[in-house]
Amino acid sequence: MISPNTIKSGKTDLPVLLPFKLHGATRTASDYWTEIISNKSFVIFILAVLSLWMLIDSAFAQVTGNPDQTLWDTIVKWTPLMMFGPKGEFGGFVLNIVVSFIAMGLGTFLGLWLGIGQVSPNNLIRRVSWVTTQLFRNSPWLVLLFYFMLLLPFRVELFGVDYDIPGWTKATFALSLPIMANVSEIVRGAIESIPTGQWESSESLAFSRSQTLWRIILPQCVKRMIPPWMNWYCILTMSTPLISILGVSDGMTLTQDALAAEGRSEYLIPMYLWLMSWFFAYSYPIAAWTRRLENKFVIGKGVL
Amino acid sequence: MIENSWTPDQPLVSLNNVHKSFGDLEVLKGITLDVMKGEVICIIGPSGSGKSTLIRCINALNDIQAGSITVEGQEVHDPHLDKLELRKKVGMVFQQYNLFPHKTALENIMMAPLLVLKQSKDKVEERALTLIKKVRLEGKENSYPGELSGGQQQRVAIARSLAMNPDVMLFDEVTAALDPETVKEVLVTIKELAEDGMTCMLVTHEMGFAREVADHIYFTDRGVIVEHGPPATFFDQAQDPRTKEFLGQIL
Repeated sequence: MISPNTIKSGKTDLPVLLPFKLHGATRTASDYWTEIISNKSFVIFILAVLSLWMLIDSAFAQVTGNPDQTLWDTIVKWTPLMMFGPKGEFGGFVLNIVVSFIAMGLGTFLGLWLGIGQVSPNNLIRRVSWVTTQLFRNSPWLVLLFYFMLLLPFRVELFGVDYDIPGWTKATFALSLPIMANVSEIVRGAIESIPTGQWESSESLAFSRSQTLWRIILPQCVKRMIPPWMNWYCILTMSTPLISILGVSDGMTLTQDALAAEGRSEYLIPMYLWLMSWFFAYSYPIAAWTRRLENKFVIGKGVL
Repeated sequence: MIENSWTPDQPLVSLNNVHKSFGDLEVLKGITLDVMKGEVICIIGPSGSGKSTLIRCINALNDIQAGSITVEGQEVHDPHLDKLELRKKVGMVFQQYNLFPHKTALENIMMAPLLVLKQSKDKVEERALTLIKKVRLEGKENSYPGELSGGQQQRVAIARSLAMNPDVMLFDEVTAALDPETVKEVLVTIKELAEDGMTCMLVTHEMGFAREVADHIYFTDRGVIVEHGPPATFFDQAQDPRTKEFLGQIL
């Protein structure tokens, strides 16, 4: 029975199709962190990792009798190496993050110019930018990595001094190229999404083309570009373990090394899960933030 | 470079047998008209008759295929034309306002004098505030275009053009996208400009307004000027059947 009170309060036990809730429209930064920490999938994932360890470990402990070193001991022992690399060297998961930072920075810088090149009034610049973009956008990342590891010298001589080029810098450069190409497409798309009226009114106010681009068009593009740009940052970070194939001592390589040293194949799954959870913990907040920005820019004031 | 022998008693804007095509479609088929300094002319006509294209050619937003357009004696139809110099003299206001959404009203007005004319910030700001007052938008200096009504945005757009101190203003159906109740505030602004002696070329559908402010009316249809004259003669004693038909539909 529906009472007048029910109608007033809007509460009912009848099946009601509730209006679609537009997430993100009114949420604040603190809501965002609360959401991440209380997010079910995040907690479930961490719990899954932990319980899988314990399950596998105890199962194998029963099979192999009385192991002298438990999974927990193994993780405690190897975590510093997996995280920071060998003593006195630069490596581990931290290197993955450093590589992702540098590759993203370089890729963004190059991609910005390439994207601007793609909308250049000069036919030649436009064609070259387009071909470059398509080439690196449609090449497998691993193939690019192999090319640049082999093509770039491992040692250069500058002013009579020999410098070693560490493998990770070459790998970083190689990874920045697909980022460059994708940023180029983001920039081109954003520039083309700005109404032509903005170009026309700038032109009729006697702005030069570069003034129009840098003062009028690109500032309006920034908001539109940030979510896809952050998306590519996450993809890049997830792809950094590729460099382990080329012998760079990143988190992946060192996890392999740790496993080889221990010679305990039953720890393969939990050890890689442990490493994976770091990537997850690093990337998930960025992905969630991206989603929040996307919502914010679609709804309300963010729309330009 | 031919020396410019233009003097203010010659037409400020002069079009002579202007032809303009988009591909195979010829939209202007020999337009000839003169605008003297301080004169206000209105171009009216049915949709698709080439009115907007016509005034967009004057500040070189569109190029022309044949004929001649001069602004203060400077040929616009010239591959060596310094477009930026031309556009410093010719202001333009668009149907869709086209304000810069990431800048406040005041910044919108100040941008071009600062960046293009390289004037000092104090001077530009002082003038921008005067212009805000002129278009009656005091208190809206720091509002973003998204926070203003269509009529208010259009008045900011007019002020933005005026900030460049143009010699002639082009208005391309500036009230066509506005709500009926805000049309008037924009028309009043344009009328005051005209009374101040600004040379204006308007493409408009506001017949009452055209009659009131224009010194000369041009009626275009299918790329040609069918008939023109001072408003009184034009509206009351139209000769051409096409003009009569158009006015009959509109008035």
